[in-house]
Amino acid sequence: MDLLLEILSWICLLGGAVFLLIGAIGVLRFPDFYTRLHAVSVCDTLGAGLVLAGLMLQGGLSLVTVKLLLMFYFMIFTGPTAVHALAEAALQGKLKPLVDDRKP
Amino acid sequence: MEYLIDIVLLGLLMITGFAIVRMRSLLAVAMLTSIYSLLSASLFVVLDAVDVALTEAAIGAGISTILMLATVALTSDEEKAPRHTPLLPLFVVITTGAALIYGTLDMPHYGDPTAPVHRYVAQSYIHDTPADIGVPNVVTSVLASYRGYDTLGEVTVIFTAGIGVLALLGYRTRRRNIQGPDIRKLVVLRVIAKLFFPLILLFALYVLFHGDYGPGGGFQAGVIFATGFILYALAYGLGNAQRVIPHQWLLVMAAVGVLIYAGVGFESMLLGGKFLEYRVLTDNPVTGQHLGIMLIELGVGITVTAVILIIYYGFVSRRD
Repeated sequence: MDLLLEILSWICLLGGAVFLLIGAIGVLRFPDFYTRLHAVSVCDTLGAGLVLAGLMLQGGLSLVTVKLLLMFYFMIFTGPTAVHALAEAALQGKLKPLVDDRKP
Repeated sequence: MEYLIDIVLLGLLMITGFAIVRMRSLLAVAMLTSIYSLLSASLFVVLDAVDVALTEAAIGAGISTILMLATVALTSDEEKAPRHTPLLPLFVVITTGAALIYGTLDMPHYGDPTAPVHRYVAQSYIHDTPADIGVPNVVTSVLASYRGYDTLGEVTVIFTAGIGVLALLGYRTRRRNIQGPDIRKLVVLRVIAKLFFPLILLFALYVLFHGDYGPGGGFQAGVIFATGFILYALAYGLGNAQRVIPHQWLLVMAAVGVLIYAGVGFESMLLGGKFLEYRVLTDNPVTGQHLGIMLIELGVGITVTAVILIIYYGFVSRRD
């Protein structure tokens, strides 16, 4: 049982790390502001969420898990809101999204 | 393993420092200083200084960034090109840095038990806290009780800073923009702000009254409390925030916090003790310490909240 929990938690932690890495690569490689925001949101929700889930499995049933759950709760609200606010601000600042206007 | 974390954090700090020097956009510099503070806070956690880490995260990464962004919004986003060659400043910085690094060679190693800092009062603080004060967090007992005079001085400094900002910036009572920005564009932000406003205040109260047991205390709690109101003011406009907590109240609150702190000191003098000697406050000396610490933390929290909001209102009232 302990081994199973350990394996599950490491799968979560490594999965979260992979998503964070993907997000970071996306921020560096994507061509314009809006696509980069898309990459960041992956970091925020899946990356951090999976890392927190892994830590919860490590912590077991204790006060730590409750605190991590609260952190997760705050994150799933604040992350998308921050991304939304950034995109909204960019739109109001008249930043045009990069559009592929070549004829198909 | 801990060395690896140290090296990564310090490396990132250095990279951030160079990026701040190289950047020309002040907006980006403000965000980078926030990242710098967050990295320092992580470093403090690694050093087991959680109280300092909480302060750095709340003040350095939180409030200072907001105030810097408010300043950038008032002035210009671009840094002016320097008028002089940077050679002399570079020389001064390199010389000072070299002297500082030379100075650290004489310092005792981290965690060295024979270091002077561990040999004088620190030992008696750690040894006597359970019997004298009975709070688990030694940092709080040092800050609020053993070194209560210093903390009173710090609160007075914060109060004076608030007065200074008031004298420099003033406060404009134009009520043009009472509704804040266009409602349809901010609906997501407003819902989330409304959802989180009470939770932030609750967390601030937790940090304030839980400071005896865990990291936290008046300074951090005051900053978090003020952050809640700043979030509200950002989403709903300064006019609506004014209706929640008017500017005149803040002026009174800033003074009341310092007065609560000093009043606890005078109260203990009236009860026959020395200034800020909490154990005479109740019959039981340990309960008296608890009561005294709680009251002065409350005073600190009120003053810090009020001063930060005074500074924020001062900046934003010039823009709206």
